[in-house]
Amino acid sequence: MAFTDQNIEVMDSIIKRYPRSRSAIMPLLHYVQSLEGYVTNEGIELIAKKLELATAEVSAVSTFYTQYKRKSVGEYHVGVCTNTLCAVMGGDAIFAGLKDHLGVENDGVTADGKVSLEHIECNAACDYAPVVMANWEFYDNQTVQSAKDLVDAMRAGNPPAPTRGPNTLPTWKENSAVLAGLNDGRANEGTQAGEPSLLGLRLSKEGKGAKA
Amino acid sequence: MTTLTPVLSAHWDEKDSFTMAGYKRHDGYKAAEKALKMEPDAVIQLVKDSGLRGRGGAGFPTGMKWGFIPQGDNKDHYLVVNADESEPGTCKDMPLLLANPHVLIEGMIIASYAIRAKYAFVYVRGEVTHVVRRVQQAIEDAYKAGYLGKNIFGSGVDLELVLHVGAGAYICGEETALLDSLEGFRGQPRLRPPFPAIAGLYARPTVVNNVESISSVPSIINNGAEWFSAMGTEKSKGMTIYSLSGHVTNPGQIEAPLGITLRELLDLAGGVRAGHELKFWTPGGSSTPIFTAAQLDTPLDYEGVAAAGSMLGTKALQIFDETTCVVRAVLRWSEFYKHESCGKCTPCREGTYWLVQILRDLENGKGSEADLDKLLDLCDNILGRAFCALGDGATSPITSSIKHFRDEYIAHFTNGGCPFDPHASTLFASAKAGA
Repeated sequence: MAFTDQNIEVMDSIIKRYPRSRSAIMPLLHYVQSLEGYVTNEGIELIAKKLELATAEVSAVSTFYTQYKRKSVGEYHVGVCTNTLCAVMGGDAIFAGLKDHLGVENDGVTADGKVSLEHIECNAACDYAPVVMANWEFYDNQTVQSAKDLVDAMRAGNPPAPTRGPNTLPTWKENSAVLAGLNDGRANEGTQAGEPSLLGLRLSKEGKGAKA
Repeated sequence: MTTLTPVLSAHWDEKDSFTMAGYKRHDGYKAAEKALKMEPDAVIQLVKDSGLRGRGGAGFPTGMKWGFIPQGDNKDHYLVVNADESEPGTCKDMPLLLANPHVLIEGMIIASYAIRAKYAFVYVRGEVTHVVRRVQQAIEDAYKAGYLGKNIFGSGVDLELVLHVGAGAYICGEETALLDSLEGFRGQPRLRPPFPAIAGLYARPTVVNNVESISSVPSIINNGAEWFSAMGTEKSKGMTIYSLSGHVTNPGQIEAPLGITLRELLDLAGGVRAGHELKFWTPGGSSTPIFTAAQLDTPLDYEGVAAAGSMLGTKALQIFDETTCVVRAVLRWSEFYKHESCGKCTPCREGTYWLVQILRDLENGKGSEADLDKLLDLCDNILGRAFCALGDGATSPITSSIKHFRDEYIAHFTNGGCPFDPHASTLFASAKAGA
């Protein structure tokens, strides 16, 4: 698609955040994903032009980081943590179950374009294992069945809210804009902390120290 | 009896803990106001006196790091906060930022003032959108309140604070790779020296600190160095967040003085899940050599864990019970290091590739005892020879697991495959057993 004048203005505002323009590559790549769904050649050319870099320099950055996609993902991009802790707690079974259920392999997209699947590394939510991410929002303490239900709901167009996130699940493109540093005004939605995050505080309030 | 010390997590149970109003209800931004009336060097001295050490893994004294920034050099200085929390098992900074992003911003204001930085960045990993939202909103609210921008708190001091979001690369948690990434390059580590304090972001003097370290600073300014150093042990001062995950009855975050033991923490968390026993655990993420039940009483401070042969790291206590195959666990970590190796140096890029191949064969019962020696030999050629700590970290689970569980590796090839049932380790299996 062609980029609009308004898109260019947003890109200029992103570049202005930094003392040196090249630092804006990463948010600009997130921004291109928010417009196009993935990092297109046109997006790379535009970023290169804006930052006065060679397209090869921008491509080199985009291919280093796994969150930048060079082809379309689903409207809902699902990541299953299969790093050791989550894998052992059930992540392996969930990932196998979803591959089977969706009929796709790792990095695959369903034929209707709704759901893509990827196995991911540790997402800093180990106390909520096994963890599934959707468009990089947390779905905590999943089972094989709950994960299948989740992707079914996505394909039906009504996914449940993330466990610790906004009140509804944003699309891949919407969340890519947030990662570009564009405030979507939804920071006040959702919980401040899940129960495991409050474990120590609760114990302390109950007057429980630890026995020496 | 170790008394728990919720400081950072003290108000996480309040629904609006992440908002400006929620933070100000508990004296939020009073510490910054106070610090800005002190001499910058006095702020550095106070943090030095507190004994605060880096909470991101290395444990370097925070005040000393600030003191390394050359003053009066007429150069721009930068503060960069490392919120790229990705070390497997580590899950403290993300809940902290979700529940209270303002404490980090206040700490950044104080730290920037101390090192005379007019520009500060917080580098948040990219796979946590709601955390990004909370930090972004908190920064905007702090600007609106006059705590960021020009003439903050009416002090005449200026500070710009920029959120920078990563894009899924573990290596960017390494401070020099993070700086390259922030400059707009592939995130690969730099040769040191020069250290970031001399030539960091844009080749200017730069302090890189972890989220938890910087977030601890406002409480030190408010309560004093003595208050902070009264907690903890002789050389490991203060409170910190321990993360318990895996086969524990109640996983989660427990904020306690440094030096608490796993036995105490497990007792608080309801013990290993019902009907099972502790097999192995990591004291500080997957890059720290694993422990067994023999280290249950090891004080979890920088010195105690090191003396027992591992590292305190990020205090990510991943607990595995007897249903867990240690070869499978180590294989998975090794696959992670292979995937996340940035490719800059040969020992790590090639070494992690070979480690995974050998471990896959072993897990599938296709190896021999000679493969264990080959693994150890490979590790010997990576450890200390890789460009950064990622390569070193990749060897930790392998060498420590062979030390503790050599027989289990051997059982894989005498058995012709993995002798464990992976279903028995899952959360679903324990839910059924508990039902």
